[in-house]
Amino acid sequence: MNSILLGLVVIPLIKYLVVVAIVMTIVAWSTWAERKILGFMQARIGPNRAGPIGLLQPIADGIKLITKEDIIPSRSEKFLHLLGPILVFVPALMLFSVIPFGGESTIFGLLKEPVTLYVTDVNIGMILVLALSSLGIYGLILGGWASNNKYSLMGGLRSAAQMVSYEIPQGFAIVAVLILAGSLSLVRIVEAQAESGMWFIFPGFIAFFIFFVCAVAETNRTPFDLPEAESELVAGYHTEYSGMKFALFFMAEYANMVLVSSIGTVLFLGGWLPPFPSVTRGTMIDLPLFWFFAKVAVFLFLLIWFRATFPRYRFDQLMALGWKWLLPLAILNVIALAMLKLWVFA
Amino acid sequence: MFDIQELELNMGPQHPATHGVLRLVLKIDGERIISVDPHIGYLHRGTEKLFENQSYQANIPHTDRMDYVAAATNNQAYVGAVEKLLGIEVPERAMFIRIILAELQRIASHIVWLGTHALDLGALTPFFYGFREREMILDLFEEYCGARLTLNCMRIGGLPCDVPEGWLDRVREFVELFPEKLQDYHNLLTENRIWKLRTVDVGVISPEEAIDWGLTGPPLRGSGVQWDVRRALPYEVYDRLDFEIPIGNNGDTYDRYLVRMEEMRQSNRILEQCLKLIPEGDIIAKGVKIIKPKPAEVYFSVEAPKGELGFSIVSDGSDKPYRVKVRPPCFVNLQAIETLCKGHLIADVVAVIGTLDIVLGEIDR
Repeated sequence: MNSILLGLVVIPLIKYLVVVAIVMTIVAWSTWAERKILGFMQARIGPNRAGPIGLLQPIADGIKLITKEDIIPSRSEKFLHLLGPILVFVPALMLFSVIPFGGESTIFGLLKEPVTLYVTDVNIGMILVLALSSLGIYGLILGGWASNNKYSLMGGLRSAAQMVSYEIPQGFAIVAVLILAGSLSLVRIVEAQAESGMWFIFPGFIAFFIFFVCAVAETNRTPFDLPEAESELVAGYHTEYSGMKFALFFMAEYANMVLVSSIGTVLFLGGWLPPFPSVTRGTMIDLPLFWFFAKVAVFLFLLIWFRATFPRYRFDQLMALGWKWLLPLAILNVIALAMLKLWVFA
Repeated sequence: MFDIQELELNMGPQHPATHGVLRLVLKIDGERIISVDPHIGYLHRGTEKLFENQSYQANIPHTDRMDYVAAATNNQAYVGAVEKLLGIEVPERAMFIRIILAELQRIASHIVWLGTHALDLGALTPFFYGFREREMILDLFEEYCGARLTLNCMRIGGLPCDVPEGWLDRVREFVELFPEKLQDYHNLLTENRIWKLRTVDVGVISPEEAIDWGLTGPPLRGSGVQWDVRRALPYEVYDRLDFEIPIGNNGDTYDRYLVRMEEMRQSNRILEQCLKLIPEGDIIAKGVKIIKPKPAEVYFSVEAPKGELGFSIVSDGSDKPYRVKVRPPCFVNLQAIETLCKGHLIADVVAVIGTLDIVLGEIDR
């Protein structure tokens, strides 16, 4: 009885808390990294006051946001105004429970028995990811609507339209990978890449491209940052949010960035697999966690780089891109990869 | 029970994209614009009335505060008008230095336009690149007259002081450096697909409409009308300088963008020539200590970065102007905003505000 309790509740709970702690750390310091990298690209310095090279900036920001007054606009729906940011933030964190950060490990011999470096391996993992990540949209719409502000409302509606339309091509891009892997389990997908000896980015580079574009759109990043287009809609759905509620939206955006980067890593870049297994085997850098987070970092860097480079799409152009280009391309790609799987790999 | 009504959206006076305190009342259907109604006056300071209460010389600082991103050309227009009223000949060296200051100011003003316009359309980086170069221009201004923004750098009949030692060499350094930096801005935006999507065919105005609205400056030239006060009604020594007047074909936001980008290059060419041609000599005309013009009425205009900036001065024989009327380019250009925005989306309003390059200090005065 006790061992069941231990296996089903206590260990996953501990693991999940560790994962959340790691993710929140990445989220906090990715804001710092973003500002530093943007600063470098834009011929300026970036944060450099709090701590050495501004490393304590996320902590200072956190303290500032927590101690700030929480302003609730008059005649707003108070409950929904509170529910909005929670609904955005919670699914983003929940999803990290199915992300495989690595295979089995004893963590440098600290533990007697090897543990798996993920909280749980669900056999419908990919569907769970899609389902939960769609839940965040409700938070944006509710938050935008409950604020009693026209800019917020339009921001909320824009983000809903944008995320719904970009989920479809993204779904098809993922289906292409599922065909190659033959499983919905995220762990299986990585193992399939190890077995076939090739990351799925190579057969599925079109799928990867579509996935990445959609990922940028889903995380509301430049050039698809219309829902919060500051020059048009002031701040979009979070115009009327301040203090910790704003911080939840903000952290959710970065958590989502880390999330799509992780999913992209798992689906296309071989998850925790090292790039040249024969070279790195047995060396210092033969660490699954290292490779996983290095790949995630590449994704995050690309997202930040985009922000420094691109202007913003207009709303109708964004929708046209999603429906007229990405969706047909994604469907064709699924068919092509299915044929490839059927005749070449079989 | 339900009836459909248009959403009325207040854009501004506090809004990140309205370049100050412009207030636009938008009627929208979904995101499509039905009407745009600009409300101005949030920065009104009664400048024209203030002109009437001070002597001619004491009015120059007021002109700085109209278009505060292009103070030098404001000074130039005002002192030019008073000189025309008095019939003073300005020494040649002073005219060249004035042109150097004015063209540096034109580049600085266009850089602010480029940065904010790009920022409004979501591109962050040109803003920072541009301000790096603008900083160099402001440093040159500071070295010349002590001020960076509100320059007060011209006097009736000439200039307050000669240029400091080595200043012209530092201007030359800037002139040599700038084309390379301008290419950086081009690389970031000109052929960028998203930038083109956002600007091509947005805010189109035909040459006839542009003339009917009284547009001047890049918004007029973007529609293909070759009208530049520097060429059409040459003042100072512009008739001796060689420069082109870039014009657009379609009258859309992208053409106006290209026109302004090319103007920066042409300004740089003008600077280059001025540095070669500048003679030695006096910097202020003799006998302009006491200014008491005869009763008369004059109008004098210059090509400010944003369009034709004109001063109409009526004198009554005293040492103060009887009436000063300003013809500000931004005020006139802003009128066309509804024509430019109609049928477009909210995001395009932002592009149109950016492309008109308005400064509220000048509109409200």
